[in-house]
Amino acid sequence: MQTHLLEEYVPVVGKNIIDELRTIGGKLAGKVVENINSTAVGGGVAEILNRMVPMLKELGVDARWEVIKGGADFYGVTKKFHNALHSAPEEITENDFRIYREHTEFLLNDTPLYGDYIFVHDPQPAGLIAKKKEIGKHWIWRCHIDVSHPHRDVWGFLKSMVDQYDATIFSAPQFAQKLAIPQAQIPPSIDPISDKNKDLPDDYIRSVMDRYSIPLDKPLITQVSRFDYLKDPIGVIEAFKLARRYVDCRLLLVGGSATDDPEGAKVLADVCERAQGNPDIHILELPPTSNLEINAIQRASTIVLQKSIKEGFGLTISEALWKKKPVIASAVGGIPLQITHKYSGILTHTIEGTAYWIKQLLQAPEFAQRLGENGHAHVRENFLLTRHLRDYMLVFLMLEFPNQDIVRLAA
Amino acid sequence: MIFRRKRAAGVLGPGRGSAKRTRGSEGKPGPVPGAMMGEGDMSEQIPAAGLPKSREPFIFNSRLNLTMLTGRSARDLAELLENLKVVPGSVIYNHTHRFLQQHTFLSPEPPNDFAFWVTNTLQEDILGEKLAAIDVIRYPTIRSLQEKLIETLEEYLDEHPDNLRTAPPGEEFYFMSSITFVLPTPYRAENLAEFVLALSKVSVHSLYYHMFESRLRIGRPSNDFSLWLDESLGEKQLARQLASLDPYTHTLEGLRQTVIRLVQRRLRTEALVP
Repeated sequence: MQTHLLEEYVPVVGKNIIDELRTIGGKLAGKVVENINSTAVGGGVAEILNRMVPMLKELGVDARWEVIKGGADFYGVTKKFHNALHSAPEEITENDFRIYREHTEFLLNDTPLYGDYIFVHDPQPAGLIAKKKEIGKHWIWRCHIDVSHPHRDVWGFLKSMVDQYDATIFSAPQFAQKLAIPQAQIPPSIDPISDKNKDLPDDYIRSVMDRYSIPLDKPLITQVSRFDYLKDPIGVIEAFKLARRYVDCRLLLVGGSATDDPEGAKVLADVCERAQGNPDIHILELPPTSNLEINAIQRASTIVLQKSIKEGFGLTISEALWKKKPVIASAVGGIPLQITHKYSGILTHTIEGTAYWIKQLLQAPEFAQRLGENGHAHVRENFLLTRHLRDYMLVFLMLEFPNQDIVRLAA
Repeated sequence: MIFRRKRAAGVLGPGRGSAKRTRGSEGKPGPVPGAMMGEGDMSEQIPAAGLPKSREPFIFNSRLNLTMLTGRSARDLAELLENLKVVPGSVIYNHTHRFLQQHTFLSPEPPNDFAFWVTNTLQEDILGEKLAAIDVIRYPTIRSLQEKLIETLEEYLDEHPDNLRTAPPGEEFYFMSSITFVLPTPYRAENLAEFVLALSKVSVHSLYYHMFESRLRIGRPSNDFSLWLDESLGEKQLARQLASLDPYTHTLEGLRQTVIRLVQRRLRTEALVP
C-alpha cells in the first residue's frame, strides 16, 4: 500500500488543502467506512473508489470496499432501471422488481455489513438498507446518475429504500428529490496525479497514437465514453459529418465497457455500422483500465466532445479540461457544473449546435485555447479528488452532528 | 515568529448551533513555505519583539462547506418569490456567497445566484440588475438580506404582473443551503508582523471565514480581522480600513493581497519599521 500519497497532491492543490483534509480525517480516525458498489472495474465509480479508499486510509479512516455479486438476470434488470431512471424508454414489469427483490435477499445474506458508515453506491446494492433495523450504523446512499426525470415506478420502488437511509448524495442540484432525509450535493472528481490525468511526454503520446493507427495529420475530435446510447455516439458521428463539410478533421470514438453493462456490445456494433466506409472516423475499443492510453489520446486531441443525452456528471469532461483541452458538451446533468458556456467550454443541445462549435473552435484556435485554460482553472478549484474526499468526510461528520448549520471542530 | 504552545483565549466565541467550542490553539508551529508577501517581504525583516503585542492572540480558523439540496426549485419569478419567503437563512447565505467559493480566481463574478439566474436564464435584465446591485455588505443579518431580496422581487412583480418567463427545462433555479464546518489551523498572531505572515499562509477558506462568515452568518458586528485589530491591538484606523473594504468586489486571493498590503503599509509608516 502506498504511504504519503497525500503529499503527492501538495504541488497540485497546495499544503493548506492537505492540512485541512488531515484535520477532518483526524475527527474520523479509526471509523470504518464501508463502500459497497456493483463493479470493481469500469465506470467512474470504481475509478474514484480505487483512489479514494487508500487516501482515506492514509488520513486514518478505515476505508473498505465491498463489491456485490450479481448475474445476468440481476444486472439486466438494474441496467433497465438505470436507463429508466435516466428517462430512457424501457418497459419495466413487475417481474423486474421481483428479480431485484429476490437478488437483494441473496445479497442481504451474502454481503458483509460491518462499517460504522455503510456507503452504498447507486441502485444495485440499495436494497441492503433492509439490514439497518437489525445492525444500526450510519447509512448513506450515493447516487451517481442523473435522476432529474426518473421513470415514476422505478423511482418509487427505489425511493422506498432510499427513504430509509440517513443521508443521500447527488451530483447536481437538479437531481434532488422530495426526501425527508438530508441530501448533499457532491459532484464527482478526477485524480490529477493518476495515470489518467498526469502529464505525459510528447513521444509517449505519439507512440500511443501510432499504436492504434490514429494519424495526427489533421485536427482530432475525440469522445471518450462507454459505448452506451446515453452517450449518443451516433449523434457524435452525425455532428462530425456536418462539421466535416467545412473543416478538415478526424473523429475518434474511444469506448469500453463496464462489467455491469450488458448493452455495450450492441451499441458498439451500431456505431461501427454508422461509421463504415468513412476514413476519417476511427472507432477504438479499449479495456476500462487503459488509463495511460486514454490520457495520451485526450492530450493528442484538438477538441474533446461529450455529447451525452443523459449524464450524471461526465468525468471525461473534467479530465479533458484538466489537460486544457477545449470541450464541447451537452448541457445536461452535471455537465453545466463543469462548463460555463463560452468561458470554460461550450455547451450545446443539438447535433447541429455541436457541429457548429466544432467548426468555430477549429477556426478560432486562440479562443479554443482560452476555453481550455479557463476550464483547467475551474477543475483545479472544484473537481479534484481532494475536494471530493473532503466532501465525503464532511457527510460522515454531518451524521455525527445532526441538525446543525454550523459545526465547530475542536483543535 | 514563534508559535507559542501556551493555551490562549481566542477571538471566536461559540456560534449558533455549535457542537464543540473552539479552544486556544496548541498546534505545532506552522511551516514556512514560499509565501505571497505582496510589496516586499517586510514582515520577515521586522523583529517581532519590537512590535506592540495584542491583548489576545488572533487565532486563525478555517471553514469548509457542505452543500445541501433542499428539493425546492423555481421555474419563474413567482415561484422564486414564493420560495424566497419560506426558505431558511442558510439557503439565502449559500446563494449569495457560493460564487466566491467556487470561483476564487475570477472577478468580477455575478454578485449572487438569484441575480445570475434572473438575468441569464429568465433574461429579466432590469430585475437582474436590481438584484445584483443589492449591497450584501450593508446587511447585518441574513434575515435582513432575505427581506431585501423579497422586497425587490415583490416590487418588480407588482409592476410587471403578466407574461412571466419560464426557465427552459433543466435550467430551473435550485435552492441549496450549506452546512459550515469550522476547523482549527496552526496559525495565530500576537502582533502585526505575525498577523501579516499568517495571512500569507492561511488557506482561502480561512480568509473567507474571517472576512465573510463570521460577520453575516455567525452574527459578529464586523469581520474578525477588524475586530481584533481594534480591540486587541488598538489599531483603530487599520481596523476601519479593513472594515470599509467591500470584500464582495474582490476575488479571495485579491482580497488576501489587499489586506496584506494595508497591513504592510501600516507596518512601514508610523515608524514601526526602523
